[in-house]
Amino acid sequence: MNVKTLSIGRVDILEIWRYFHKNKLSLIGSGVIFVFILAAIFAPLITPAGYAELKYLDKINSFPSLNNWFGVDAVGRDYFSRVIYGIRVSVFVGCTTAFISLFIGVPLGALAGYLGGTVDWGVMRLVETFSVIPPLLVAILFVTLFGSGLQNVIFILALVSWMDICRLVRGEILTLKEREYSMAARAIGVKPYGVLFRHLLPNAVAPIIVGMVLCVPNAIMLEAMLSFLGVGINPPTPSWGQMISDGLYYIQFYWHLTLFPAIFLALTVLSLSFIGDGLRDAMDPKLRGRR
Amino acid sequence: MTIYIIKRIFSSLISLIIVTIIIFSMMHSIPGGPFDETKMPLSPAAKEKILKMYGLDKPLYVQYLRYMWNAVHLRFGKSYQSPGEEMIDLIKRTLRISAFLGGMGLALAFPLGLLLGIISAVKPNSFIDYLCTALASYTISVPVYVSSIFMVFIFSLGLHWFPTGGFAGPKTWIMPIIAYSLFPLGIIARYTRSSMLEVLNEPYILTAKSKGLSRWRVIIHHALKNALIPILTIMLPMFTGIMTGSIFVEKIFRIPGLGGYFVSSIYKRDYPLEMTLILFIIVSLAFTYLVIDIFYTIIDPRVRLGKKGR
Repeated sequence: MNVKTLSIGRVDILEIWRYFHKNKLSLIGSGVIFVFILAAIFAPLITPAGYAELKYLDKINSFPSLNNWFGVDAVGRDYFSRVIYGIRVSVFVGCTTAFISLFIGVPLGALAGYLGGTVDWGVMRLVETFSVIPPLLVAILFVTLFGSGLQNVIFILALVSWMDICRLVRGEILTLKEREYSMAARAIGVKPYGVLFRHLLPNAVAPIIVGMVLCVPNAIMLEAMLSFLGVGINPPTPSWGQMISDGLYYIQFYWHLTLFPAIFLALTVLSLSFIGDGLRDAMDPKLRGRR
Repeated sequence: MTIYIIKRIFSSLISLIIVTIIIFSMMHSIPGGPFDETKMPLSPAAKEKILKMYGLDKPLYVQYLRYMWNAVHLRFGKSYQSPGEEMIDLIKRTLRISAFLGGMGLALAFPLGLLLGIISAVKPNSFIDYLCTALASYTISVPVYVSSIFMVFIFSLGLHWFPTGGFAGPKTWIMPIIAYSLFPLGIIARYTRSSMLEVLNEPYILTAKSKGLSRWRVIIHHALKNALIPILTIMLPMFTGIMTGSIFVEKIFRIPGLGGYFVSSIYKRDYPLEMTLILFIIVSLAFTYLVIDIFYTIIDPRVRLGKKGR
């Protein structure tokens, strides 16, 4: 075979790239996220002050200028620094939430799909219950129960966003377990869980990755909503939702306090969901051309 | 069919009871109570009297049973936040406003969403398709309050067309209605696009085209009609979208609707209001589910009871 392949597990990266790079929206999204992540990594180099540093007490609420690109907030912090450090917080929340949901969704979905019967019924009722009740309301209830803060918010978000991954994995396992190689593995005496974890799950990597990537913008959006309502991440950690909510009172006058975090939040979430859609189209041949 | 509907109603009732029990115990296990105060502590006797007046001294299951018994008779008691009126009046007053704006938003979202979906399905992977898809992704993934703020910047602070908020006459309605319509619009557009793409590949579309029917006649009469059958599946996300949307839209535009109470009732340990709102949500969700299921079996003969789904 002369065809070049480059793969992780059983997913062929070059094959995916061939489809992914045709999707202009996903490419633009990737570009934006790349720049944002660079900015987040080099935040200490490009920002004039730390995110919680009260450095500009003499210029409270001042408008954007050459020194303070996004102005100064109500307690004298450089707003550009807060917005840029906000990328770190959002991306961290999104990625860890997706990662934790993986550990809830994949085992449940795999067991439901593989064992079927009562297990499947139980898991699907659980998924249904969680998907019917609006995740935001459940999250608010949990936050009041366990308290706010970065760690709690991440765990609570994972608790309300594992269902998509679970559903995708279950569907994939359902079709994979009827394949010949699965039957062959069983025929040569591989134990049931061996079949599931050694033979079926590695082939279900594509939907797992897609589910995880689509989970990231969703988690960032939910975090921004919780923080906007004042039940998310605690200050002074910069969270865009909370910055927007704080700035809302002064929107008629100090417009910069709401506009910049709103633009960054919109760009991040939108770009990430473009990337997720593009990946889904590229990785799942059944979905190519459709969205 | 009748037996199926009765069974369905029965099982929704059971899940309703389970969910209310879970929520009721969760709600009461949140630390703090409605009459905890830090500034002016009440004497133990006075506090006991207040707790007794609201029945908060009884064991939890008695409180639950009493609440449910009253709720079945549509007696929801009074909200601690607004003790001057009956709960049912509070909800009627605020729900009317939210339902009006939300309903108008849906009415706006339907035609626009269909239009966007059809346009992108007719010319897949063209520039205009990218534009429509991007717009749909935007309305679904970006929180509604961000779009609302952009609208305030452009139409209130920039162009001075509309006031920034309030609820007084048609001029103040327009931006909240648009804000309410955004999420359902995106869902409908995305859904219509994929559904139309699927239908446009069917052989009978080719037949219709080869008969010489005009392009738009084929699209509207032959394709759209069939593409819209399963649109009921997106009723549920739209409903919850409107509901969570109301929290933000009403906060941004300062509208005296029901939305704000979803959050404040949890904060303030306003047990009767919290429970009533949750009952309201669950009952309407269960009802939506039921209607979707029943309509499915009526509309689409291919869906037979017992073997739904793909």
